[in-house]
Amino acid sequence: MVRRPSRRAYAAQWLLLLAVLAVAYLVVADATDNLSHRNLSFGFGFLADRANFDIPFHVISWTESDSYGRALLVSFVNTLLVSAMGIVAATGLGLLLGIMRLSVNWLIRNLALVYIEFVRNTPLLVQIIFWYFAVLQTLPPPRRSIVIPGGLLLNIRGLYVPSAVMADRASILSLLSAAALVLTPLVWRLPLKGGRLGAKALLLPLAAVGLFAAGIEHIEFPTLTGFNVTGGAQIPPELAALWAGLSIYFAAFIAEIVRSAIEAVPKGQHDAARALGLSTLAVLFLIVLPQAVRIMVPQLTSQYLNLIKSTTLGAAVAYPEIFQIFAGTVMNQAGKEVETIIIVMAIFLTVSLIFSAFMNWYNSRIALVER
Amino acid sequence: MTMQVPMRVVAPPSGGFGGSPGSSSLIVDWLRRNLFSSISNTLLTLLVVAAFALIVPPVFNWAIADATISGSDRSACTSDGACWTFIRLRLHTFFCGHYPDSELWRLALAAALMVAFSLPVLRDRTRHRGLSLLLLLTVFPLLAGTLLIGGVPGLPYVDTSQWGGLMLDIIISFVTVAGALPFGILLALGRRSELGVVRSLSIAFIELWRGVPLLTVLFMSAVMLPLFLPHGVSIDRLIRAMAVFTLFNSAYMAETVRGGLQGVPAVQEEAAASLGLGWWQIQLFVTLPQALRIVVPGIVNNIVDLFKDTSLVTIISLVDVLGAVEQALKDPAWLGFAKEGYIFTAAVFFLCCFAMSSYGRRFERRLNRYRTG
Repeated sequence: MVRRPSRRAYAAQWLLLLAVLAVAYLVVADATDNLSHRNLSFGFGFLADRANFDIPFHVISWTESDSYGRALLVSFVNTLLVSAMGIVAATGLGLLLGIMRLSVNWLIRNLALVYIEFVRNTPLLVQIIFWYFAVLQTLPPPRRSIVIPGGLLLNIRGLYVPSAVMADRASILSLLSAAALVLTPLVWRLPLKGGRLGAKALLLPLAAVGLFAAGIEHIEFPTLTGFNVTGGAQIPPELAALWAGLSIYFAAFIAEIVRSAIEAVPKGQHDAARALGLSTLAVLFLIVLPQAVRIMVPQLTSQYLNLIKSTTLGAAVAYPEIFQIFAGTVMNQAGKEVETIIIVMAIFLTVSLIFSAFMNWYNSRIALVER
Repeated sequence: MTMQVPMRVVAPPSGGFGGSPGSSSLIVDWLRRNLFSSISNTLLTLLVVAAFALIVPPVFNWAIADATISGSDRSACTSDGACWTFIRLRLHTFFCGHYPDSELWRLALAAALMVAFSLPVLRDRTRHRGLSLLLLLTVFPLLAGTLLIGGVPGLPYVDTSQWGGLMLDIIISFVTVAGALPFGILLALGRRSELGVVRSLSIAFIELWRGVPLLTVLFMSAVMLPLFLPHGVSIDRLIRAMAVFTLFNSAYMAETVRGGLQGVPAVQEEAAASLGLGWWQIQLFVTLPQALRIVVPGIVNNIVDLFKDTSLVTIISLVDVLGAVEQALKDPAWLGFAKEGYIFTAAVFFLCCFAMSSYGRRFERRLNRYRTG
């Protein structure tokens, strides 16, 4: 700003604040008035009430006699689950597509281009609904399941994947495994006589995987017995459709971020690495991508946040995430329209703020320190 | 995967010494460079071709060769292919909802007006782009609104509950852009303001709307907003949805415009101030014209996003094109055509959005040319 704002401007801003407060007051007054006309009261006490409805898919335990508060937790975990699955799959697929966009092979390059253009210009909701109603709901019944190599079964009830049956010793072993993962970054930067341990610390996550695997009693494959599938873990079609929709849609956006980030890495880096005799794969993964990640992080953050917010579209296919359960079932059943929407909004707002704070911290950590 | 990233490999010299640069050698040269430049590349090419050979014929047979498009009822669709008859018979509901047949000319006229008003804004070389934009965002909505709603002599009243299909998506998008663009610009200016209260309010507004999913906001408009109005007052459901769409998208517009404002050198404002211009004059005549020019591609992206988002109104039971397709799919006489229905919906959205994003890219290229030239 060039000049200090005038005194009149300072006065005007307080008027604006007054106006905003007045509107807020009117809205609250109207809401109280309306609620009293409907004999409703405002309050979050209902969270302790018995829920009496079923949540068909839950990661943590759920029974109909649990409270609305528990339902909030169960559905929130469902939201987090599909968000995490979506972020992982979209990043992997996006990375692959972004690299394909820069391939020397004309076919590969344009295949990725067509994918990105088509997916980006079609609404996510239409895609999710397409996967659910036009693909997954038209699959054969269990006894005519489609067998996918690797022990997977696909039918109208969802995707059945092999699951691990854990032995008694598993709890201790997975704790150790988690500890190994947590320690990795610390060990990485451990000051030693001959410099830092560095990449040798990557042995720890490897050990973690080993420890975890040691806790597995055996792998259980889903098998067809009569008209039903037994064994294995079931991914219900609602989750599968939402997951597929989110991953495929956001992969297209991430691919463009990856492509532009790779193109933004100075060409000299690539040439220098080639001159040192590194293979094309090594150049990509050891030289170009680590530098590209720095450029990607801010844009990736906003895509991840979009993805988390978009999990609410699961409501269209009845995946029991927080919006579907709270702004749907609970709102109708408990008649708490204002409270349920406030809860859902507050949760997403909190998740957004925490997530962007974390990504900002990560960004400042990996950002180039200019001297 | 080929990993010659990020550089394209330079073409190996083709033809040797004796070769003449005939057209056939050009093709061979292109093929060798783009498809068969190395062993791994050749393998990849063959893999992709094999995948195509596996996937394309069944898809082609389903969508075109075995498909049906003629006929007037379900019995026409007996083959294994797609049943486009279903789409063809319902096309007018998908595009116009339940707008009365006798009044369809009003829709056509409104569409023609939209093209007439947008052309001067979209053309490459145009004298009064700002003025045309102002007309498009003020005069046109008034004209089109009167035309579509009616209730004036000569134009019978059509209730908004009869609006639907693609027309509803376009109307919601248009109203949203007309509202969110000016409001977003104000918010972006507010966020950079020296006035603490204005800045805090702008930041709070922007971050609040950007932090929550659109679906919760739409639900708020459908369920909660009636509670916030004085007792006995009610607002049309469509207008409520448009209102929250506008507020929601103005937060995103504000962030896009802010990027443009940051791209205008500070000396521009200083020079304008030294000429004695006031704050509003500086913003209106110096900063904004430069800032908005930079962010046109970003704004086009925002518009594409919000156009795609209009499909969400289906969930609060307004019948846009997706809603119209879903309704049609529930018709007992036409059960089991989900694939056709949703592929059609996706195609409609794709055509609209692809056209818009192509325009945005073209504008961006033009912009870059001027900047470097």
